[in-house]
Amino acid sequence: MSEILDRARAQVLTDGVGLDEAQILEVLRSPDDDLPELLQLAHDVRMKWCGPEVEVEGIVSLKTGGCPEDCHFCSQSGLFASPVRSVWLDIPSLVEAAKQTAATGATEFCIVAAVRGPDKRLMDQMREGVKAIRAEVDIQVAASLGMLSQEQVDDLVEMGVHRYNHNLETCQSHFPNVVTTHTWEERWGTLKMVRESGMEVCCGGILGLGESLAQRAEFAAQLAQLDPHEVPMNFLNPRPGTPLGDQPVVEGKDALRAIAAFRLAMPRTILRFAGGREITLGDLGTRDGLLGGINAVIVGNYLTTLGRPATADLELLQDLKMPVKALSATI
Amino acid sequence: MFCDRCGEPAAQGDHRGCDAARALEPPRYCPDCRRRMKVQVVPTGWTATCVEHGTRTS
Repeated sequence: MSEILDRARAQVLTDGVGLDEAQILEVLRSPDDDLPELLQLAHDVRMKWCGPEVEVEGIVSLKTGGCPEDCHFCSQSGLFASPVRSVWLDIPSLVEAAKQTAATGATEFCIVAAVRGPDKRLMDQMREGVKAIRAEVDIQVAASLGMLSQEQVDDLVEMGVHRYNHNLETCQSHFPNVVTTHTWEERWGTLKMVRESGMEVCCGGILGLGESLAQRAEFAAQLAQLDPHEVPMNFLNPRPGTPLGDQPVVEGKDALRAIAAFRLAMPRTILRFAGGREITLGDLGTRDGLLGGINAVIVGNYLTTLGRPATADLELLQDLKMPVKALSATI
Repeated sequence: MFCDRCGEPAAQGDHRGCDAARALEPPRYCPDCRRRMKVQVVPTGWTATCVEHGTRTS
């Protein structure tokens, strides 16, 4: 057994103090033989500091494709030869998607747009869409619209958006290799405004963007410093036509080690399974992740790709005796 | 006819990778004319529209 796990047990499980960057790297470098014990420890930490409930969320793309940014993993950039075309979702379809999401038992519905930041048209669409959803559907509305001005932050608060997603995507040292049209620091600036507004901060990223294990540890430590309410963990699903289209997918055991390491870095956060888990981990890995630190899931489809049927994840949660977090508990 | 994932002729080349990937992806190209379709993914399905050949749904 690795000495790092003994230290993590005392520091994180007993005292609730997350691992630092050097300790996270030790966990990421721990041998395969220690993986079962590592996952059990991460699960114990999640159960002690977060409880057994799992937060369920659905996401939908309000504005797809045609993005002016060059995030090298993204099929929605207008700068790459991706087959994804630009399309807008109308308000009745947005409300219907929220209803379908609520019907799964989800408490969160996140509206996403592929933009650098919202313009007036998008903010008007958001205002109309959020109002319609709040009038017809019993669900919390979150948003992910790129970089914001202070005025836009204030507008989203006024609309009733309770959580804002803005992923840092990867660590500060690797970010310039992944995105060149804006900086990591610009993203951090939006996150700071969101936090100060009172909206909950949702910030995570994608593993498998060519980062080293040390950079993966750096990323977890930077997220821990941000202390977001929620951290969505995506695994790269290489998209045709993007600069990272030929990047290998993260190996399953490395993905599980990363999940556990992120949990040990952030014992109290909502750690959400997001995109790419199907190809990186498959069905068994999804189960292992839920027993290794994860306490939230995106159910159903993603923005441009498809996920497992919501019923498959909900049945798995039932098998694992993990209750779905109720709406009343989130308000 | 064209592969609805890569847009190449369906009868030419090996599309087994495309077939496997399509389990977790909506179609992107019209199988009748290979035009890129406008695709909207929602939590429980998708629609894909070709300007010439209409809309397909999941």
